[in-house]
Amino acid sequence: MQDTLADLKRGEKGIITDVSSSEIPLKLLEMGCLPGNEVELVQVAHYADPVYLNISGSHLAIRKETAGHILIEKVTNE
Amino acid sequence: MSKQINVALIGNPNTGKTSVFNALTGLNQKVGNYPGITVDKKQGVCKLARGFKAHIIDLPGTYSLNASSIDENVVIELLLNKNDKDFPDIAVVVTDVENLKRNLLIFTQIKDLEIPTLLVINMADRMSKKGISLDIDVLEKELNTKIALVSTRKNQGIDNLKELITSYKSIPAKPCLNTTDIDISYFENLQKAFPSQLLYKLWLVITQDVNFGKTSRQEIDAVAPDSYRDFKTKSNTDLKRLQQKETIKRYQFINNVLKKGQTIDLSQATDLRIKLDRILTHKVWGYIIFFIVLFLMFQAVYDWATYPTDLIDESFASLSDWVKNTLPPGAFTNLLSDGIIAGIGGIMVFIPPISFLFLFIALLEESGYMSRVVFLMDRVMRRFGLSGKSVVPLISGNACAVPAVMAARNIENWKERLITILVTPFTTCSARLPVYVIIIALVIPEGSFLGMSYKALTLMGLYIIGFVAAIASAYILNKILKIKSKSYFVIEMPSYKVPLFKNVALTVIEKTKTFILEAGKIILAISIVLWVLASYGPGDDFKNAESIVKTENPSISETELEDKIASYKLENSYIGIIGKTIEPVIKPLGYDWKIGIGLVTSFAAREVFVGTLATIYSVGSAGEKEDEDTIKNKMAAEVYPDGSKVFTLATGISLLLFYAFAMQCMSTLAIVKRETNSWKWPIIQLFSMTTIAYVVALIAFQFLK
Repeated sequence: MQDTLADLKRGEKGIITDVSSSEIPLKLLEMGCLPGNEVELVQVAHYADPVYLNISGSHLAIRKETAGHILIEKVTNE
Repeated sequence: MSKQINVALIGNPNTGKTSVFNALTGLNQKVGNYPGITVDKKQGVCKLARGFKAHIIDLPGTYSLNASSIDENVVIELLLNKNDKDFPDIAVVVTDVENLKRNLLIFTQIKDLEIPTLLVINMADRMSKKGISLDIDVLEKELNTKIALVSTRKNQGIDNLKELITSYKSIPAKPCLNTTDIDISYFENLQKAFPSQLLYKLWLVITQDVNFGKTSRQEIDAVAPDSYRDFKTKSNTDLKRLQQKETIKRYQFINNVLKKGQTIDLSQATDLRIKLDRILTHKVWGYIIFFIVLFLMFQAVYDWATYPTDLIDESFASLSDWVKNTLPPGAFTNLLSDGIIAGIGGIMVFIPPISFLFLFIALLEESGYMSRVVFLMDRVMRRFGLSGKSVVPLISGNACAVPAVMAARNIENWKERLITILVTPFTTCSARLPVYVIIIALVIPEGSFLGMSYKALTLMGLYIIGFVAAIASAYILNKILKIKSKSYFVIEMPSYKVPLFKNVALTVIEKTKTFILEAGKIILAISIVLWVLASYGPGDDFKNAESIVKTENPSISETELEDKIASYKLENSYIGIIGKTIEPVIKPLGYDWKIGIGLVTSFAAREVFVGTLATIYSVGSAGEKEDEDTIKNKMAAEVYPDGSKVFTLATGISLLLFYAFAMQCMSTLAIVKRETNSWKWPIIQLFSMTTIAYVVALIAFQFLK
């Protein structure tokens, strides 16, 4: 199964591959959550929800539920 | 030729758009409302060269022209309506140099509307710190616009911006990209159906409501005839998919432009945000810091604000006295000193606490810290059916519930938003503060516990009670309400900024002024009505007060006699009769008929309570005592016929609790009606909150007496 944003741990990075799920609001795309962009999980709140992301310089927070609909490919730090 | 240029300031939130507005207009600005809706309309005037004048509108911040709230919709309504008197001659899009990519999205959309559009790149002073360099010429050419590099913090570039606005006729009005190839046949058909209309305008109208929730939808007016809207040959899902494609397409264009015109040397970049957020949004430290901030805030409001508040209270007492002693005695003098001045004094005492609260909230918002609080609290708040974004209304509710209820608009999920609106009035708004302060001063004994005085502790307790009541009722509402709505939550985490003095000062002044004027009007009207009702009465009892009292008390001194007459008159005045009528209902709570009058008038606005008692006690005393009397002293001196004090501990606590829970604010009810589009919710609020207040006050009094 493919990874989603919800699978990232603090400090991990990934590349967004697909945001076409109808669960993802347009606003999120407008704020820079687009395929091909790099995303880093900056911080998580209590119970790892919501998650604080840095998507190619756009800093925003979303709930874990929404994060679970954003498909990514993990980037492993060498 | 008209020398006035209409300018619309547009931009994402957190780009310093309002700072640009403040830099251009200074104090020449006013805040009003858009007709029919409660969105703040900020406009100002700016003098330009060659006799030109700019009329500037600061539009609500939005990420795109695809609105999802009524605030954002205001932007579209204006840009689509060429007949609007405010329709811009030039659109000025404000962007933040650090977020240029995301901020340019709305710029490309406005260009598609063929409005002359100027690009402001703000916060230019941060470029070197972030390792950013820009090739303005390339950017101007690629984006087909003029660019003003501005730093409102350093006050740079503003003159250049003014110059560019003056020469608005030379600013290009053509689109900078073509998005119609995302679905060529669809857009071709659309254009064929309405050949005279701009294609992008048609597209915006058709998709205008796709992103709206069901309630917001009813509030937006159609900007175009229904025939446009009917040209909906696609389902909402398909339209949404097309919007996604459009967004991706726009970003591809922006990425290409920025590749040519912007270089970022990451090795030069320092990111304070990430470092600070390691601590401020930390699972443990984040919460501890938040509670310290909250504690400081309330400590400040109580401790620092009491000095100016006392000063104002005393000044008005002496003013009222001075008027009474200087003007010739008579009905008008009494109205002025006992009615109007006492009433206005009752509202002026609000200024210190409310401006402190607005100051704190403005600092939290301006610095970027508020978003972190939202992030931290979201999970906790969700348990109670609220959103992290409910924190903003719940904190602002401590200043005034009206703007707080409006602030709930940012909450995307309708159920979370509704619950937030319903419970926000429980938070301790500043209208409760004067009531609390005066009753606490009267009934809570001196002494301290762990370094805090009993009085301060009581006040803190009342704030906590308000907050707990809000949270607890949210929990219950979450269980009762059966509303299904899509839940999502997005919040930007802006970079931290030292708040700009000018922005904070203008916000505090503006909000305090609006509040005082709005509340002032109600209070003034009520004090006058009250004074009339208290100074006249039906029947012989009122008319013959003097002789009746004299025959009943043949052997008392002159001053005592006057006092007796005055209170006898009050008892038999119209207001006295009203008070006496409701006395049986409120007696179990420990209140006499005079407090009852205060309760009745409080249903218009609770801050009226202190003013009402001031008016009643002024009318009720003979009014010729030489010493100036504050409201507090008058209340402390109030006794029952048997000589026992009216304001005992039990009565005081009962009153405090009643005011903590009861829904006594017409303005809040009106705003809840507006925001929920139905009378159902404000009526439920009024009855349930007031019932809770009655029961709690009853229990408290019966236990303590």
